[in-house]
Amino acid sequence: MSLKKTSLYGTATAATLVLTVTACGGSGAGGSAGSGAYDKNATVSIGSLYEPQNLDNTAGGGQGVTEALNGNVYEGLFKLTDDGKVEKLLAKDYKVSGDGLTYTFTLRDGVKFHSGKELTSQDVKYSLQKVIADDSQSARKSNLEVIKDIATPDPRTVKVTLSQKSISFVYNLSYVWIIDSQAKNLKTTEDGTGPYKLDKWTRGSALGLDRFAGYWGDAAKNKEVVFHYYKDATALNNALLTNAVDVVTSEQSPDALDQFKNNQNYKVNDGNSTTKLLLAFNDKAKPFTDVKVRQAVSAAIDDKKLLESVWGGYGKLIGSMVPPTDPWYEDLTKVNAYDPARAKQLLAEAGYAKGFAFTLDTPNYDPHPTAATFIKSQLAKVGITVTINTITPDEWYTKVYKNHDFSATLQEHVNDRDLVWYGNPDFYWGYDNKQVTQWVQQAEEASGTAEQTALLKKVNEKTAEDAASDWLYLYPQIVVASSKLSGYPLNGLNSQFYAYDIEKKG
Amino acid sequence: MARYLLRRLVFLVVSLALACVVLFVLLRMLPGDPANALTAVGASPEQIAAARHAIGSDKPLPEQFTHWLGQLASGDLGTSFVSSLPVGSEVASRLNVTVPLTLAAFVLAVLVAVPAGFVAAHKRHTWYGALLSAVSQLGIAVPVFWLGMILIAVFALNAGWLPAGGFPQDGWSEPGDAIRSLVLPVVTIALVMSASLIRYVRSATLDVLDSDYLRTARALGSSFGRAMWRHGLRNASVPVISVLGIELASTLLGAVVVESVYALPGLGSMLATGIAQHDYPVIQGVLFVSTLGVLLIGFAADLLQRIIDPRLRGRLSGGAR
Repeated sequence: MSLKKTSLYGTATAATLVLTVTACGGSGAGGSAGSGAYDKNATVSIGSLYEPQNLDNTAGGGQGVTEALNGNVYEGLFKLTDDGKVEKLLAKDYKVSGDGLTYTFTLRDGVKFHSGKELTSQDVKYSLQKVIADDSQSARKSNLEVIKDIATPDPRTVKVTLSQKSISFVYNLSYVWIIDSQAKNLKTTEDGTGPYKLDKWTRGSALGLDRFAGYWGDAAKNKEVVFHYYKDATALNNALLTNAVDVVTSEQSPDALDQFKNNQNYKVNDGNSTTKLLLAFNDKAKPFTDVKVRQAVSAAIDDKKLLESVWGGYGKLIGSMVPPTDPWYEDLTKVNAYDPARAKQLLAEAGYAKGFAFTLDTPNYDPHPTAATFIKSQLAKVGITVTINTITPDEWYTKVYKNHDFSATLQEHVNDRDLVWYGNPDFYWGYDNKQVTQWVQQAEEASGTAEQTALLKKVNEKTAEDAASDWLYLYPQIVVASSKLSGYPLNGLNSQFYAYDIEKKG
Repeated sequence: MARYLLRRLVFLVVSLALACVVLFVLLRMLPGDPANALTAVGASPEQIAAARHAIGSDKPLPEQFTHWLGQLASGDLGTSFVSSLPVGSEVASRLNVTVPLTLAAFVLAVLVAVPAGFVAAHKRHTWYGALLSAVSQLGIAVPVFWLGMILIAVFALNAGWLPAGGFPQDGWSEPGDAIRSLVLPVVTIALVMSASLIRYVRSATLDVLDSDYLRTARALGSSFGRAMWRHGLRNASVPVISVLGIELASTLLGAVVVESVYALPGLGSMLATGIAQHDYPVIQGVLFVSTLGVLLIGFAADLLQRIIDPRLRGRLSGGAR
């Protein structure tokens, strides 16, 4: 979960919380087809709204630091490809013990940090410890707390013992940057093994990366990458229109797209997103403790009309927390679909024939206020009165997320594989179903992906049927680029943006 | 004059000290906790307490305040909670954008507004005098971001003469690019600023034109131009200068909208980011520097007024001549 992808400010309190499980979802391929000759020494200018807060992903660097540095400057033992597959990266090989508790990783040979130091098992141990350290703000911290022991029998071997089975362990490792254990000042400098090294970071403006000559793998297909940061989406689009940037990592409004769609100098790519807009009920507070009330509210809102009004022709409808790219996806849009007559009947059955009133805590940035107004008018038709309470991200975090002091709220959840949060009764939405909690646990300890997928499908179906939340829609993921560019990532999975395969024609 | 200067300097230092207290206290009255920004979602109370300890926000307020004053006294603006970068050097790099932007816009606005305001008053009965007056009235109503968007659409997107936004990463070591990227923002601020300045210049000029001393000077044989130059401008400039001072000061921080529209890494956007993250050292640093700037501008405006208008010398210093 994360508060927000589009936030200009204020994401610092947000961060990403993810519980996840292994296995891969297939989706779109990376970038438009590369054709023709490209300039091997090109500078690629990338426009983004997400400037890093600092350069350390265990110290609240935010989504911007993942976008700029993940895979480009820092690498993990594994990597998550743009289409959601987990591949070996700094790990040459690995073995899992029969009980599923011990992982032995062999490191790739000849890997050097940007400082020139050679990668050893000590660095891996240090990096893992950094993520699970007390002061770590890593989104993966809670997932990796299953690590009981890290041993380094020799410089090329790392042996990790877990306290319990965790089928998503390898997947989670794709989020752990391997950092030089001797490196200092990681909030402002770096020492990673990636295809680029940090050139210069000008706060408030730009962050430059240069191709690293000593890279162990295939060299980057461009010489230099500069991320240009904007606070205003219009300013960002203007930059693309005037060739000040070559590509925009993620468009946040459909309004600007027409000027690119009808222009052969640009390509508008409609990729797969994992960001869901939720009307999250407090399932522990009346009247939303009643399944029928939640179902009624879900059935009273015309999601299709809402999506159309916010995103034009983009985005998808979903009937549950699971986007099509997660392995346990099923189309559940028919469950609690739009049906005002059924909504009224459910309300009557629940004892609210005359409706009721509740307050909707609404984050103060787009698209939440728009969605809130829409929901208010839709629910008025079935007799439910909504009071919209607009709050800042900081207030949301304290009031809703920490204190669970709310009736219902709107929130974007950006990560993939985050269905599993419904297995945690202490999570902010308070969905508490013993069976679901058990399924989620069993899935995490499953011995294979088939078993895991089958269990999570059950979770998916059950939470959808229970209307644990109302999943309004799935955002589109739109990358707009100059037609001179190819090889850029399309899906921006978890905010990653691998730049090394980008080819720019001269 | 020396006594006045001294008094004025004391006043400046006292104002600055008061401003420091107010800004320090107000900041801590804001809802929200900087430790939230520094810990992961779902952090335990111990982790949050540790974060508070790390940034010193668990200490008593008077201790935090004296610590800050001590830092200021040694010329240190502290270190950002969030980025761990020194605030001073970041403020300096932001001033490299904001100061040239503000000053250039100010000079341009004065160059436009003074003659235009004068003409609008002196020729108020002609069609172009009335037009100037009407246009400036309209100009006051134009929102800065809208004007910025229009200028970008015309000169950057369509004509392609100037960049639509941004500032070269290497700053002023690429002077050509730096200047090009400031042209449209400067024009945007200058146009909006000159609209209101024209009004002030016009009304100050009108007062002068109706004045007895100007009529007397004319009666004594001065040409209109000479009478205006010797007596009129001097008198008209006194109220205008105080307005200029205020305009310049408000532009210094008010540039945040323009900085956003043109994606400029200026002081205003640094402040906005700092506020959103509860990054006290950043907010305090920016506000301290800009308060100092505003006070210095006021100081300069006062001084200038006294040089121009001998009558003020007696009044403001409060003592006998």
